[in-house]
Amino acid sequence: MRYEAPATVEQAVALLSAAGSAGRVMAGGTDLLVQMRTDVVEPGVLVDIKGIAEIRQIAEEAGGFRVGAAVTGAELKEHPRLKAVWPGIVEAANLIGSTQVQGRATMGGNLCNGSPAADSVPALIAAGAKALVAGPKGRREVPVEDVMVGPRKLSLGRDEIVIAFLLPARPARSGDAYLRFIPRTEMDIAVVGCGVSLTLGPDGTCTAARVALGAVAERPLLVTEASGILVGKRIDAAVLETLAAAASAACRPIDDKRGTKEFRIKVAGVLARRVAQIALERAEGKTA
Amino acid sequence: MSKHHVSATVNGDAVEFLCETDETLLDVLRNQLGLTGTKEGCSTGDCGACSVTVDGRLVCSCLMLGVEAGGKSIATIEGMAVGETLHPLQQKFLSHAALQCGICTPGFLVAAKALLDKNPNPTETEVRYWLAGNLCRCTGYDKIIRAVMDAAAEMRGA
Amino acid sequence: MQEKVKDPATEYTYVGTRPVRPDGVDKVTGRARFGADLSLPGQLTGRVLRSPHPHARIKSIDTSAAEQLAGVKAVVTAADFRDQPSEFVPAGEMMINYRDVVRNVMAREKVLFEGHPVAAVAATSASVAKQALKLIKVDYEVLPHVIDVREAMKPDAPLLHDDMITQGMTPAPTKPSNIAKRIELGLGDVAAGFAAADIVIEREFDTKPVHQGYIEPHACSATVSEDGQAELWVSTQGHWIVRAHCARLLGWDVSKIRVTAAEIGGGFGGKTVVYLEPVALALARKSGRPVKMVMTREEVLKASGPTSGAYIKVKMGIKKDGTMTAAEAQLLFQAGAFQGSPVQPAAMCAFAPYDIANVKLVGYDVVSNRPKVAAYRAPGGPIAEFAVESVVDELAQKVGMDPIALRLKNAAKQGTRAAYGPKFGPVGFVETLEAAQAHAHWRTPLGPNQGRGVAAGFWFNIGGETSVSLSLNEDGTLSLTAGTPDIGGLRASLCMMAGEELAVPLEKIRVQIGDTGQLGYNFLTGGSRSTFSSGMATVEAAREVKREACKRAAKLWELPVEAVEYVDGKVRPAGPNAGKHTPMTLAEVAAMAGKTGGPIVGYARINAHGAAPSFATHLCDVEVDPETGKATVIRYTAVQDAGRAIHPSYVEGQYQGGVAQGIGWALNEEYIYGPDGRLQNAGFLDYRVPVASDLPMIDTVIVEVPNPSHPYGVRGVGETPICPPMAAVANAIANATGLRMLELPMSPPKVLKALDEARAKGTARM
Repeated sequence: MRYEAPATVEQAVALLSAAGSAGRVMAGGTDLLVQMRTDVVEPGVLVDIKGIAEIRQIAEEAGGFRVGAAVTGAELKEHPRLKAVWPGIVEAANLIGSTQVQGRATMGGNLCNGSPAADSVPALIAAGAKALVAGPKGRREVPVEDVMVGPRKLSLGRDEIVIAFLLPARPARSGDAYLRFIPRTEMDIAVVGCGVSLTLGPDGTCTAARVALGAVAERPLLVTEASGILVGKRIDAAVLETLAAAASAACRPIDDKRGTKEFRIKVAGVLARRVAQIALERAEGKTA
Repeated sequence: MSKHHVSATVNGDAVEFLCETDETLLDVLRNQLGLTGTKEGCSTGDCGACSVTVDGRLVCSCLMLGVEAGGKSIATIEGMAVGETLHPLQQKFLSHAALQCGICTPGFLVAAKALLDKNPNPTETEVRYWLAGNLCRCTGYDKIIRAVMDAAAEMRGA
Repeated sequence: MQEKVKDPATEYTYVGTRPVRPDGVDKVTGRARFGADLSLPGQLTGRVLRSPHPHARIKSIDTSAAEQLAGVKAVVTAADFRDQPSEFVPAGEMMINYRDVVRNVMAREKVLFEGHPVAAVAATSASVAKQALKLIKVDYEVLPHVIDVREAMKPDAPLLHDDMITQGMTPAPTKPSNIAKRIELGLGDVAAGFAAADIVIEREFDTKPVHQGYIEPHACSATVSEDGQAELWVSTQGHWIVRAHCARLLGWDVSKIRVTAAEIGGGFGGKTVVYLEPVALALARKSGRPVKMVMTREEVLKASGPTSGAYIKVKMGIKKDGTMTAAEAQLLFQAGAFQGSPVQPAAMCAFAPYDIANVKLVGYDVVSNRPKVAAYRAPGGPIAEFAVESVVDELAQKVGMDPIALRLKNAAKQGTRAAYGPKFGPVGFVETLEAAQAHAHWRTPLGPNQGRGVAAGFWFNIGGETSVSLSLNEDGTLSLTAGTPDIGGLRASLCMMAGEELAVPLEKIRVQIGDTGQLGYNFLTGGSRSTFSSGMATVEAAREVKREACKRAAKLWELPVEAVEYVDGKVRPAGPNAGKHTPMTLAEVAAMAGKTGGPIVGYARINAHGAAPSFATHLCDVEVDPETGKATVIRYTAVQDAGRAIHPSYVEGQYQGGVAQGIGWALNEEYIYGPDGRLQNAGFLDYRVPVASDLPMIDTVIVEVPNPSHPYGVRGVGETPICPPMAAVANAIANATGLRMLELPMSPPKVLKALDEARAKGTARM
């Protein structure tokens, strides 16, 4: 197995193009190394993208943020502005694994690992984030919800790399949040995850909202009905109950070692309600 | 294929080693550098026994390749005591009986030190969550948490 | 922490204090050498090829391609181990059969569980070893498998062993089955007892296998010289046991194998059997090179022993005044691939905390296509006690009594006859109940969605064969060598007992765990025996040193030996001769040892009798999320009789560690199999042991009702603490929700489902 640590995106793409099916991008490596050890993947060429400056940076641009795909969870948390504007995304990314894993794990890796239960992905989808993808034909933007198409399956080409997440400009009175359900308090894979992002108008009416779920289908889901339920309304208990029902209805989960179908459907609704409440309080400026 | 030649700093000393691509930093520390204080409990990043810091950042050495260590500064349990003086965390682990079998202890100490370097006055909840990636099967964590809190208090006072 | 000393008459200098353990500095600096930490020149890496099938016949194994791979120095299969006749031999609290041990180490005719070893290689690197395993061709005839205990008991279940005729049945069955054994024990007349009861409750419980979860995987290094002298370095709870098993399986003389116990990174019963050790020795002999073998975590979970999952039926009868009149239980225990579940100790523990005149227990030991179970902290006890303590909780509710008061009314005490035979000596169950009742925890009001549970625990503890030597060094310092591996502070306790006996400062005594060449036989660290047995032997050895010191002084002073006494670390003339000679320090006696008869060594070789049971009472508060079913333990207090706490910090540590394991067992830990018979959660990601943020501080109360058979009153303390937590948590959940959870683990999906069903029926409390 070869190890390459290119210094530019173009070099990385070229390495991947040349490697064909043997190539594998390594960001934090926290999933990849485990899969290599257990022979789930046996790459011929590892392309470590952590040496590429632009993939490791957080920049404020176009009123929003451009977050390098290989910025670690610990670095996201330490950024002075990101946490204030997108607390839900930072919290979601910081739920991935332990403190130790946070020192390495990245949102780019979390997305491209292709797990339906990835914690940062519903938060990014709720935020309306786009993945900035580089490939042999140049760069393109892909809505995050369109990157993963099934377990371990991405819509990207083998020589394409997610290099950053583009977070849109954030209007005043906006809030986001992410919660997941796990049997312990830490160290588990989400049994259900839910991200909510919303914006309120001056009168407190919801003007924009996106809700996404993880671990309840073959891929993270954007709950398309949610914005219809929330937008144009003052978010009260009754609205939240409707949202909960819609979230439960959107689930198409499986029974597995982490939870039953029935449990996931039910808890998806509970989480949607709880997460929307937190996002609401943040939008109202009641909590950080 | 040939091995990678890697230069790094470990506990303040310049080191060089050769490794294959699939060898982890943990493999290198234990098998090549003879630093067996860093333990292997799972090799999947779930137990924290292999905790080290890399450029001051706490990581599981089982989840990092040896080849990635080039140019980095690594700190392991072997570098924690200064001369004959144990770090306050080490002293408090002893006085609180915060270990039974001791296999998880190096990882806990390295992780706790990384916490106190960042946050000298953590709450019990902060300590528990920071250390959630370090498994201990013997103590029920009680005495470990007390030892960390007590060390933090002593270090703040010193 | 709080200590309740029942008999404070004796004042000690060291016993009961909290010094830093002798091996402490090595363990906080990374210097301590554990199983995988030894590297030998020229060492090879050994790896095991394991079965992907839960049940298959091995038609052939072709290792030729692996043998030809460059860097492969040896390959072994079952042919390299001696087949053994069926014969049961005692192994601590359980029995083993070498016919099964040899097959568990390396499959012979069939593979019986996923992960069952079929071959092993030794190679110059881990990557060559891994490649070599892929080159070994095993031709399997896949057979139907069975995982669940009740399925395995059905007449048409796939048979694991064609010749297994259930033992303990009269008349003996004529057809083989997966039921290895039936046991029965009891007292009195249960039918009459139930007839006398006003309330009878019968419940069925289901528990899953759980793993000991030691953080250090199994590891060893072996070398064998050309003349057959073998050295083994291993993480084990008992190196004499390892030596015995390896010698037997390899057909070597016991004396050829010297085993050194590495520092051990947790065992909890799981490191009392052999897995890698005979394989490493066989590879080392075949290759002529040192061989190191370390299991992966996946191998640990798939192929080293968890404890049984079980199905248990408990029936108890009680009068309106709270008197228990009868108790009956049926226990179906999974043994894994080979017989030998802890159903017997489970039956012995089940009703042991209570003075009940009429008791009947029937147990079955059942094989299925899972890894063979190994001991796990009070083997069997926690499973049976979960069921019984849950029913006792319900009885208290039904009869309208406080659950502690009900237990006090029926508590076993000195003179109570246990269902398994003996009458208890002085025991501290009542004292633990009283201490729990008096604890602030018991009276603190609960918040919304919270509940409180109480549960009792019992373990009988063991003694056994033990050797200790104590050498007086030429400068008056002492070297103490024990043979029971130190897992949780044993060296500290032994040092303290020796220091107490000899009135020598602890820093003058260096304690080591000797290898199998240095001492006579030692049974393992298990059964909560090491502080008890090695402590007893240490005291005996120390007393021998004192006697010998007196003898030497008597010789110098030309006095009869009875005229010299040992007081405060010195020898001095006693009685009518008092004051006639200047007392000699131990250092002075040591300096003269050459002239007075040679080295002074105390050596104790005993079969420690008089181990006494330890009882506990635990209090647990949980908070249940009504919408997700997640139960969180928010407060916990463990009260237990230690007999005497030599080093209270390590006694508390045993209580706290047992509680944490019990909470994991109660809430999340389980073996999850797919329909293909393969384990789905063979890693710490999905085999969910409690993490630091899952638990509260675990308060402890040490009750001391001394064991009259031990010089310092020690009882074993390590195992009892894991017995009560599952019921304590279940009873707390019942208190919070109105739900009686009968299945472990009480994971969120199960609790939520039960809550929803209860809500539909209107019986939920939330």
